[in-house]
Amino acid sequence: MAGLQIPLDHVLLLATLLFACGLAGLMSRRNIIFMLLSLEVMLNAAALAFVAAGAHWGQADGQVIFMLILAVAAAEVSVGLGLVLQVQRRLKSLDMDGADRMRG
Amino acid sequence: MMLWLLIVLLLVGGAFAWLAERRDPNAPRWISLGAIALALFYFLASIANFSSGQLQLVPDASQASTWLMHYRVDWIPRFGIHFELALDGLSLVMVALTLILGGVAVVSSWDEIDYRPGFFHANLLWTLAGVLGVFMALDLFLFFVFWEVMLVPMYLLIAIWGHEQKAYAAMKFFLFTQISGLLMLLAILSLAYMHHSATGEASFSYFDLLGTRTTGTAGFWIMLGFFIAFTVKLPAFPFHTWLPDAHTQAPTAGSVILAGILLKTGAYGLIRFTLPLFPEQSAAFAPVAMTLGITGIIYGAVLAFAQTDFKRLVAYSSVSHMGFVILGIYAWNSLALQGAVMQMLAHGLSTAALFMTAGALQHRLHTRDMRLMGGLWNDMPRMAATAMFFAIASLGLPGMGNFIAEFLVLLGLFEVSPLAAALAALGLISAAIYALIMMQRTFLGSDAETDRQLFDYGPREMSTMAVMMIGLLWLGIYPQAVFDLTQPVLDSLSSFVADAGARP
Amino acid sequence: MATALVLIPLLPMLSAALLMIFGRRLPQQLVAIIGAGAVALSALCVLSIAQPFLATHQALQVQLWSWMQIGDFSPNFSFYVDGLTLVMMSIITGVGFLIHLYSTEFMQQDDSFSRYFAYLNLFIAAMLILVMADNLLLLYLGWEGVGLCSYLLVGFWYRDPANGAAARKAFIVTRVGDTAMALGLLLLYTELGTLEIQPLMTAANIHWVEGDGLAIVATALLLGGALGKSAQIPLHTWLPDAMAGPTPVSALIHAATMVTAGVYLIARTHELFLLAPPTLIAVALIGLLTALMAAFSALVQQDIKRILAYSTISQIGYMFLGLGVGAWGASVFHLMTHAFFKALLFLAAGAVIHCLHHEHNIFRMGGLRTRLPVVFWSFLIGAAALAALPLTSGFFSKDAILLAAWQAPGIGPLLWLGGLLGALLTAFYSFRLVFIVFFGELQTSPDKQPGWRMALPLALLCLLSLAGGWIGIPVREVFPPQEEQHAGFLVHVISIGIPLLGVWLAYAVYISKQISFQDAAASPRGRRWSQLWLAGWRFDDFYSWLLVRPYQTIARFLRNEPVDRFYDFIAAISLQFNHLLSNLQNGRLRWYATSMIMGLILMLILGMEGAT
Repeated sequence: MAGLQIPLDHVLLLATLLFACGLAGLMSRRNIIFMLLSLEVMLNAAALAFVAAGAHWGQADGQVIFMLILAVAAAEVSVGLGLVLQVQRRLKSLDMDGADRMRG
Repeated sequence: MMLWLLIVLLLVGGAFAWLAERRDPNAPRWISLGAIALALFYFLASIANFSSGQLQLVPDASQASTWLMHYRVDWIPRFGIHFELALDGLSLVMVALTLILGGVAVVSSWDEIDYRPGFFHANLLWTLAGVLGVFMALDLFLFFVFWEVMLVPMYLLIAIWGHEQKAYAAMKFFLFTQISGLLMLLAILSLAYMHHSATGEASFSYFDLLGTRTTGTAGFWIMLGFFIAFTVKLPAFPFHTWLPDAHTQAPTAGSVILAGILLKTGAYGLIRFTLPLFPEQSAAFAPVAMTLGITGIIYGAVLAFAQTDFKRLVAYSSVSHMGFVILGIYAWNSLALQGAVMQMLAHGLSTAALFMTAGALQHRLHTRDMRLMGGLWNDMPRMAATAMFFAIASLGLPGMGNFIAEFLVLLGLFEVSPLAAALAALGLISAAIYALIMMQRTFLGSDAETDRQLFDYGPREMSTMAVMMIGLLWLGIYPQAVFDLTQPVLDSLSSFVADAGARP
Repeated sequence: MATALVLIPLLPMLSAALLMIFGRRLPQQLVAIIGAGAVALSALCVLSIAQPFLATHQALQVQLWSWMQIGDFSPNFSFYVDGLTLVMMSIITGVGFLIHLYSTEFMQQDDSFSRYFAYLNLFIAAMLILVMADNLLLLYLGWEGVGLCSYLLVGFWYRDPANGAAARKAFIVTRVGDTAMALGLLLLYTELGTLEIQPLMTAANIHWVEGDGLAIVATALLLGGALGKSAQIPLHTWLPDAMAGPTPVSALIHAATMVTAGVYLIARTHELFLLAPPTLIAVALIGLLTALMAAFSALVQQDIKRILAYSTISQIGYMFLGLGVGAWGASVFHLMTHAFFKALLFLAAGAVIHCLHHEHNIFRMGGLRTRLPVVFWSFLIGAAALAALPLTSGFFSKDAILLAAWQAPGIGPLLWLGGLLGALLTAFYSFRLVFIVFFGELQTSPDKQPGWRMALPLALLCLLSLAGGWIGIPVREVFPPQEEQHAGFLVHVISIGIPLLGVWLAYAVYISKQISFQDAAASPRGRRWSQLWLAGWRFDDFYSWLLVRPYQTIARFLRNEPVDRFYDFIAAISLQFNHLLSNLQNGRLRWYATSMIMGLILMLILGMEGAT
């Protein structure tokens, strides 16, 4: 185990990259499905950071939080997909820029 | 007497009127008339015990000892806030005016309001309750609460039952009064804070705060907060622009209450709070206030002359008349103060009657535009004659209260500043111009149409008009009755200010 | 006695109230009885107090109630009657009653019969309060009250907007003077501490010496009020227009009583004016100037009532002249005789107008001497008294004024000369009127004759106009004693001769046609002058240019509330901010997400900055 240890920095760097990818996707994609996917990526990036940090300090908290994130992600996906269906039905499109009825 | 009972009577009466609407659309009218009559009767019955010599019933209420009645319970003791009501000669005449004009307002709206009469009368009574509270509250926090209580129902009265531009007018009224009310709240809080830091005691009571000496810039700004709040309500130039819109768009009863009573809360506030609480600052500020007053007198009169809308004309004449009130208050001697109080009463009656006339005209002709009127004396001689009476009352003809008021204000002012009195006297000329042109455009002149079917005033209208005519003549021929009531109060207030002025 | 004194103004007041409230439901006959009867009773009351008064010459004082009492300011509702007041009360109720009687016939056809009598009674009451008041504030109440009645009666036939305009003009122009007077009251109270007339005079003599600046200002302000009410330059322009009212109203208000209120005021407060010699000189000069200017205007007018109106202005100018030279008694005497003969002239003119289908233009009258004999003789007697022909009442009074002017120190002779010129003009225009209306060829034929209710007042007034000069007015105790009048024989001859000369001139021009002004009047200069006089020296145009139009322009400019522009500006700025901020809320999910992230990053950066 000791030989195979990956430095924490690397893992965090990977998590940051993933998070940045997700964020970039969220900000640039107009399709709601891709936005949801990007959100998943961001969530997973955060989860990865938690797991790595938990392993680093030998604490169970990281994994607990990971479980929590899994649950949140599942819930989010189910609500999100429901919204996708509604958006598709109302707007006949998945383009979120079209859904701006709440503009001021 | 239970002072709070008066307020509660109106509040509950309003609630009942609202609830009764579903049973019978006529019921709210009778309920509110009954509530006001009951309150008036109760009030008169309880003050009948006092004569002018007995104005010292609650000597420990303050050093001034001009209080007839006093009622005080703790409300929020932590901050020294009490539910404190009291009645002295000044409050007494204002409360009487409020109840009488309240009754007049109900009668004037009798066949005008068909849409949701219950809610209308509820708002009417709640406004009156707020006004009564304002005239009697002696805790500054409570005063502010009542100040707001009278504002919101009035807003609804204009916004729901108003004329064509009601939304605009109601919003304008609300914003002006609300913003100035917030300034007053700030001023009250700062004053209480200063009192707290000076004595270590939290209190919003008038009597405690009277002792607080405010000095320097802070004192000036706090005074200004009160001043602006009250002069917006009064209204004085240049804060008057909400008034023509609100008066014009409000339903008749709303205009009657606005002009007759609500404006007086501003003047009352100046007399009761601004000057006694800030004597030095007010003395320094007096030239500015007087300039505003004179400007208001002349500006209001010129604009009244320029209007084509009957109600707007009357509204601007109010601006002009209220200029005399502010002059009388800031001249601050007993002649001018009596004049200011008399102007509050006389203007309340005469303007309320003119607004009723406007309402009656609108009801019959469906317009307020004087260009479409003319020659109405032919069709409605009774209405025209009463309108003539109130028009000449409003131009200050001797024998009526308005003259007494304006003459006393000028007399008191002349001792302070002859120039200011001379300029204000120009208002007497311009008042004649607008009052007479108003009569010419509506009731005199040739018949605009010959085939109109107009019904003159009936007994209901004539009796309310008669009440106000007798009132004005009484104020003009025997004003001493009012002066006897208010004299001790005004004397004690002015001596208080004089003491403060003498203090280094 | 006190009861009678109180009843004098109370009766017409009650009658006015009664007629205002129930008048329209009462039959015309009853209205006439109530209206004229109240004034008759009031006149009887005056008689009943006059008798004991003339025996004792003791001033009466009655206090009804305390009007108000604030500190030292305590005017009362109380009356003070001395000789001067009694003269005024007699004129008001006596001439007033005759005019009421006349009106019952003159106004017979009018729909608003009861309204007319209500106003007229109200006027009598207000005028009585004016003269009976023992303090200046109560006097001011009457003063404004008569102004109101004048407004109501001038605009009585309200359907014609021109009448309304004339009424408004009358009220507003006099109000300008009244405001000056109100300021005078303020000054007097502030300086002397009272408004009660008799104590005020005493106080003034104690506090002020002759020529005191404050006395001059105070009297000038009071004079302002007098100028407005009495239609003297520069506030005289309302009176000719006020002829729009019914003719008996012109006789009562605009000839006999109200317009002489200014004379009464100055006579009443003469002790103040004696302390202010410059004001007195101004009074005399204004009086003379008004007398002359109005006389010139009267020369060329064509409306019978306007001629009389200008002549009223002119005659009151004489009274002011008399006041200015200290001939108080003579002025009040002229006030009385003028009330007689001018009321007579107006009533006679009213009869002409009444019988001639409301014809006002004198050039469409003529030859009425034989058709309306009663009216003719009345008019002739009135004109003779107006022209101050010897032995008529006007002669005695005007002569007294002119003599006093002659004897006045300094500019006296000049004033006298001016007065003579005025007398010449007066005689000329009054007989011009007589000759044009009653001689020559018949132009319009009268369709009715005046009945007894019109003829009787005319006859009584004829008597008074002729014999009024022998009435002695009981004002010796009121005014300071006058020095004995002694003028040369020549002065007497001239003042008798001048009016006769005027009558002869009028005769020569209009009857015998020996003299003709045709050429002079047709020349460009002559036409310009006569146009100027016809337009009353263009005072109206001048005021219109100086005051009325600027006021209207300012009003039009301000109409839409310029102050509101400021609040609109605040509202507009708020609205701009609203637009700005609501653009941020554009409904795009990605934009929200991005701004959230950006905000987060910003906060992180700021937090780190703060940490280090």
